[in-house]
Amino acid sequence: MNRFALYWILSTLILFTGCNISPWNNPYPDSQSKDNIYYDSFEERPKHLDPVSSYSGNEYVFLGQIYEPVLQYHFLKRPYELIPLTATAVPQAEYYDNAGNMLDADTPPESVHRVVYRITIKSGILYQPHPAFARDKRGKYRYHHLSKDDLEKIHALSDFSETGTRELTAEDYVYQIKRLAHPGVHSPIAGLMSKYIHGLQELSEELTNKHKNEIDKNNFIDLRNHHLSGVRILDRYTFEITLKEKYPQFRYWLSMPFFAPMPWEADFFYSQPGMEEKNITLNWYPVGTGPYMLTENNPNRRMVLKRNPNFRGELYPDKGGPEDEVNGLLQDAGQTMPFIDTAIFSLERESIPAWNKFLQGYYDTSGIVSDSFDQAVTFNTKGELELTEQMRNKGIKLTTAVMSSTFYMGFNMRDEVVGGDSERARLLRRAISIVVDYEEYISIFTNGRGVPAQGPIPPGIFGYSEGSDGINPYVYTWRKGRAERRNIREAQELMIAAGYPDGREVQSGQSLILYLDTPATGPDAKAIFDWFRKQFSKLGITLVIRATDYNRFQEKMLKGTEQIFMWGWNADYPDPENFLFLLYGPNAKVGLNGENAANYENEEFDYLFNQMKSMSNGPERQAIVDRMIDIARRDAPWLWGFHPVAFTLHHRWFKNAKPALMLNNTLKYIRIDPETRNKLRTQWNQPVFWPIILLLLILLISIIPAYISYKRREQSSAL
Amino acid sequence: MPVVFITDALIFLLLFMVCLFIWYTLKHEYLRIPWRQVGKNSLAMSAAVVLLFYIAVGLLDTIHFHPRLNNIDQKEIKYSTDILSLLDVLTEKLRSRVERTYSAPFATHAYAKEAIDLPEGRQIRDYPRLYYGGSHLQYPGKEIAQDILGKTITGMVMGIITWLFISMVIIIILSRIRRCSMTTEFKLIIRRQHLIPWHVILITLGCILISGVTLAYLSSYYHVLGTDKVGQDVLYQSLKSVRTGLLIGTLTTLVMLPFALAMGIMAGYFSGWVDDIIQYIYTTLNSIPGVLLIAAAILMLEVYMTNHAADFTSIEQRADMRLLFLCMILGIMSWTGLCRLLRGETLKLREIDYVQAAQAFGVNHVTIMTRHVLPNVMHIVMISIVLDFSGLVLVEAVLAYISIGVDPSMISWGNMINSARLEMAREPIVWWSLGAAFIFMLGLVLAANLFADAVRDAFDPRIRTIPAG
Amino acid sequence: MINYILRRIAYALPILIGINIITFVLFFVVNTPDDMARMQLGQKRVTQEAIDKWKRERGYDMPVLWNSQAKGMKKITDSIFFQNSIKLFVFDFGQSDNGRDISNDISQRMWPSLAITVPALILGLIAYITFALTLAFFRASYIDVWGVVICVIMMSISGMFYIIGGQFIIGKLFNLVPISGYDSGVNAIKFVTLPVIVGLIGGIGSSTRWYRTIFLEEMGKDFVRTARAKGLSEKVVLYRHVLRNGLIPILTGVVVVLPMLFIGSLVTESFFAVPGLGSYTIDAINSQDFAIVRSMVYLGSVLYIIGLILTDISYTIADPRIRLE
Repeated sequence: MNRFALYWILSTLILFTGCNISPWNNPYPDSQSKDNIYYDSFEERPKHLDPVSSYSGNEYVFLGQIYEPVLQYHFLKRPYELIPLTATAVPQAEYYDNAGNMLDADTPPESVHRVVYRITIKSGILYQPHPAFARDKRGKYRYHHLSKDDLEKIHALSDFSETGTRELTAEDYVYQIKRLAHPGVHSPIAGLMSKYIHGLQELSEELTNKHKNEIDKNNFIDLRNHHLSGVRILDRYTFEITLKEKYPQFRYWLSMPFFAPMPWEADFFYSQPGMEEKNITLNWYPVGTGPYMLTENNPNRRMVLKRNPNFRGELYPDKGGPEDEVNGLLQDAGQTMPFIDTAIFSLERESIPAWNKFLQGYYDTSGIVSDSFDQAVTFNTKGELELTEQMRNKGIKLTTAVMSSTFYMGFNMRDEVVGGDSERARLLRRAISIVVDYEEYISIFTNGRGVPAQGPIPPGIFGYSEGSDGINPYVYTWRKGRAERRNIREAQELMIAAGYPDGREVQSGQSLILYLDTPATGPDAKAIFDWFRKQFSKLGITLVIRATDYNRFQEKMLKGTEQIFMWGWNADYPDPENFLFLLYGPNAKVGLNGENAANYENEEFDYLFNQMKSMSNGPERQAIVDRMIDIARRDAPWLWGFHPVAFTLHHRWFKNAKPALMLNNTLKYIRIDPETRNKLRTQWNQPVFWPIILLLLILLISIIPAYISYKRREQSSAL
Repeated sequence: MPVVFITDALIFLLLFMVCLFIWYTLKHEYLRIPWRQVGKNSLAMSAAVVLLFYIAVGLLDTIHFHPRLNNIDQKEIKYSTDILSLLDVLTEKLRSRVERTYSAPFATHAYAKEAIDLPEGRQIRDYPRLYYGGSHLQYPGKEIAQDILGKTITGMVMGIITWLFISMVIIIILSRIRRCSMTTEFKLIIRRQHLIPWHVILITLGCILISGVTLAYLSSYYHVLGTDKVGQDVLYQSLKSVRTGLLIGTLTTLVMLPFALAMGIMAGYFSGWVDDIIQYIYTTLNSIPGVLLIAAAILMLEVYMTNHAADFTSIEQRADMRLLFLCMILGIMSWTGLCRLLRGETLKLREIDYVQAAQAFGVNHVTIMTRHVLPNVMHIVMISIVLDFSGLVLVEAVLAYISIGVDPSMISWGNMINSARLEMAREPIVWWSLGAAFIFMLGLVLAANLFADAVRDAFDPRIRTIPAG
Repeated sequence: MINYILRRIAYALPILIGINIITFVLFFVVNTPDDMARMQLGQKRVTQEAIDKWKRERGYDMPVLWNSQAKGMKKITDSIFFQNSIKLFVFDFGQSDNGRDISNDISQRMWPSLAITVPALILGLIAYITFALTLAFFRASYIDVWGVVICVIMMSISGMFYIIGGQFIIGKLFNLVPISGYDSGVNAIKFVTLPVIVGLIGGIGSSTRWYRTIFLEEMGKDFVRTARAKGLSEKVVLYRHVLRNGLIPILTGVVVVLPMLFIGSLVTESFFAVPGLGSYTIDAINSQDFAIVRSMVYLGSVLYIIGLILTDISYTIADPRIRLE
């Protein structure tokens, strides 16, 4: 290297450091930096994007933007309120008795024979452009009878050159309801809905018997030719759903993707032979009427949603709660949604890189993992949550909301030691309930992002009581205006009463060993297990962790051979029924594969559950719910655990951030300010050059002695 | 009441074999020559001292028992269900002094703010005092620097005294052996006139003892290396990890040794179809990517354990089983290399006249293989043991990341590094777990590498190291 | 020569069969298809019908080895073993347990893997050979001693530390490269830089030391001494004789890893979220997707065997003295 070159390199480096250059660590192409794009991440590849089989939050992130069920929740109003999405109005249930007479809404459930929901949808709603609708000049479907040769050059949906669209009709909704019964797509709610929707069970059996061959080969079954007695099309835009019994929660289901419209063309299109081998299926490429459509689905890297050009346009809500006005959530009132052109979701398996990229401005929003919590949030002197100075300087905003979920530790009620209805086991369970200090759990493992649960129902759901009335008296006392965990001594007394003084069985003197079954592994799991062992040892109980893989764990749960386990539930809809059924006897896990994982059974509880289920919200229902919770608290089949609190951070350029955990279709409300984003990204991500220069210098310096000794050798060998 | 895990038993077996080996070596002059050469290498001897310390810690952690419960009222002796090791007893203070969560090295206050109830009933958010770390200080802010300095000096003095004492003992023993006076012996060492570099050994010993004793002394007042997420002392974890690391490094070889020996010698000795079959077996096994084989095998073990849950009552047992299994599967993967070397060496030995002679006399094959071939390939076995050791210790960390390493409940460097990944993202960053794992691991692996080099050079400089993937 | 290659390939066949049997035993005898189904369908409500359907779709509802209900040849062909293991021979990997076509995924994901492994290999070779040659040149001087010491220290550090440290320092503190991720085309460069550097540094210790011994060995040989005695300068001796002859064992050693480059590096890829075959495998292990793991085991083995064959061939080319037996 001659002297001139060195000078040149150094000067360019200095030049570089002097001014603002576009960041080197930008994971996206520089050309995107000024576009109206929303950037987010996903942790796990969505397994199902077919609305009839999808049933998890990470899939709804996408499905919610693409498929439109008839109803949705209001974006701003709390408690959650159902409003029409494609429907013209929220349907009211009509109750009929045996003779077909219409009944009042408050008729007791026993006398209701038939429930009818009549739904009218708006006209003029169009599907996204999609090859399934494409027609040739003669009006025939362009891609409906594809041969092997046609598919030769097709690798993704975008390889079909022509697309088409069509108006949304009532028939599409009916088609999807029939798909619930389709044995080939095995909808997770098929069993549940068969209990309610008229004829769904029969349709399922009919399909199983008549079309065994098609189902096995995933071939198309034209569901239009099959009759489902529980649905009826009245005209192009109106249809009826008939239920067998009173089920007020059904309206909530109408807002979930299970009840989104499905055009038969799409079903037919994707069922053509050769499509599945190319991963071109409904599970990978949804077809909807919503504001966005999935244009790139590369589960190894990213998923891209683009604005649906056929979207009718929906208006941003103009009413909200009082605090929404203050928080500026009504600034866009009356504007046409959606606001963002493209949403790019990148795969981020690990939380740390995702978090760091958020801080660098490459994701617009982020949750907070436990390990970065202290960096993001602190408690101020008043004990209130507050963003740290670092976050505030970046203009990051925080929203929090108690999730409608519960994480609990359950006892298998069929276990000989901890389960059963004996007083001894009950006292043991209660003693454990006291010593497992969930306040500490929350503060260590979730950084205080949780509310200790007093019962199965989380705050924000009807039936939850606040303050001193709401506490679990077996575990807490009300003191100085807050719930205080009972003393360990009380638990130890319970243990004595149960016949385990100091954790030793009276007769045998053996110390008590309990088993926690778990599928969890990983770095954090060890810490959690250590902690649980510590809690149980307060009573002299040895807790043994039996960690297995997920399969075995599930099998154990089904067979009921576990003893203690950890489990969680995320609400399907904001109704206490959706939580209390987790303790309903006939819903037991063992044998019945229900959701009552603890296999809890109590006659009175079950009786009350059936009453409460079909009641509408009011003081009477509250009284029954209270009574049920009381029974469950006394028996303590769960350590009630905690309800997690979701913390979400947004960058300064992210507008209309409102925690809306029940909603799936939030993307359309979001607004991004790309200019601010680009400016701040450049400012935050200036590359640091001195280490490179330093490294070069060190290298240079270390070469010199080598060079000298080389010269010396050269001379000596020349001699 | 003593408890012997399977791995413990194997370790004792290994120990026994090592003793046997030493005894055998001492008896045979031709084996002593290369060892003497190793002894002359000062770097190797210094590494050996370090290794001895690691081995001592590992062995202490291998003697397990149920501690006795102090029940005064009951006549019969009761034992706790806990399983402790001698190391646990020696580091009782470290083990039992559990804080709530993270704390930095030498900290007196926790690392994150928490709600603290003030006496007057008010709540504030502040860094709470640790339960144990620096709890002897009244005003930690003012006293801490002075206290740490004082305690370090005290600890070092104690360390120096220990060192001097041990050095004296060594010198006395040496002078007895050589039948000379202590002062001449001392002078010999100082002037570096010994064949074996005793001065290096003593200096290394001094460094380790002084820093060790100082650490031990300080650690009864502070968390010298901080605490982890559940408040466990990191120093304790690092010490406990030593056993895991050593086990993986040694047991793997021990487990596969019989196979490799038998197969390798047989293949070389018989050649023909025996050779073909054995070659086929090891090429096949060798072809399967190691990590995938381990992953599949670990999944298999988990299934077995769930089906036989009754056989594994304690976590320690489960973890032990998994560790052993891991060693076995690592062994299956690594025996092929040794097997190939042994085969080649045996092929050569077969042609040597005394083997030919024995064959001509009709000595049966087993005898020839055990009497004539086996002793002559032992140096290859030993070289490959020492060379494999460090690689295996390093592999453990990688496996832990893919969650197919040792049981997550078992303390190991791999698990420490794996959890440290998350800690690096914290702000302020939690570096001490990673740092501790780094230093302890580097110490062991570096010492092992240096020692292995010397052993290899001494025994057979022709066998080249093959770099690990 | 062609005859020799054909013989080597024929010899590889029984090995492939052996691998096939081992993977089959590991994956189907150990975990029942029911377990796999429950794992993959893992959602809130899973019914037995769904599990049966899942098994039927993947052909896991058949008997393991022998179908006594079928007729004729179908007795053998309608079994899990035939359907899932025999097909591997023709590289028909079938569907993964979550329903994606594995061959399709593999063909997509091998490119990011190559984007890291190929530059790492080439740059690595250049760097290691340069270092090794330097050390060999300065043999027995303080540069050599310290170089070797540094090498030993570097190879005593677990690769995990290089990866964690590299991401933390270069990505997070200095903002020089994106922390993780991948992009296709030219944009890939900024994502690939860090993994390549980390891989390079991780290999310095062992490789440099190994190459150094090779060069030293060559230097001790007669022809080098002769060359030196002829009065050739040290530089010429080093380049013309030592390097050239030393490269033979180095390059033939590299040949064996060439096919494995496709597989990528497990930990690096998964750490830097590069969607290559390495992270594909790790994800499959973590989600217990047996179909993928099985395919990768098989693919890896095949590539390894190809590597072995290539090595043998390259030896015969490099050293004509080796007879083709």
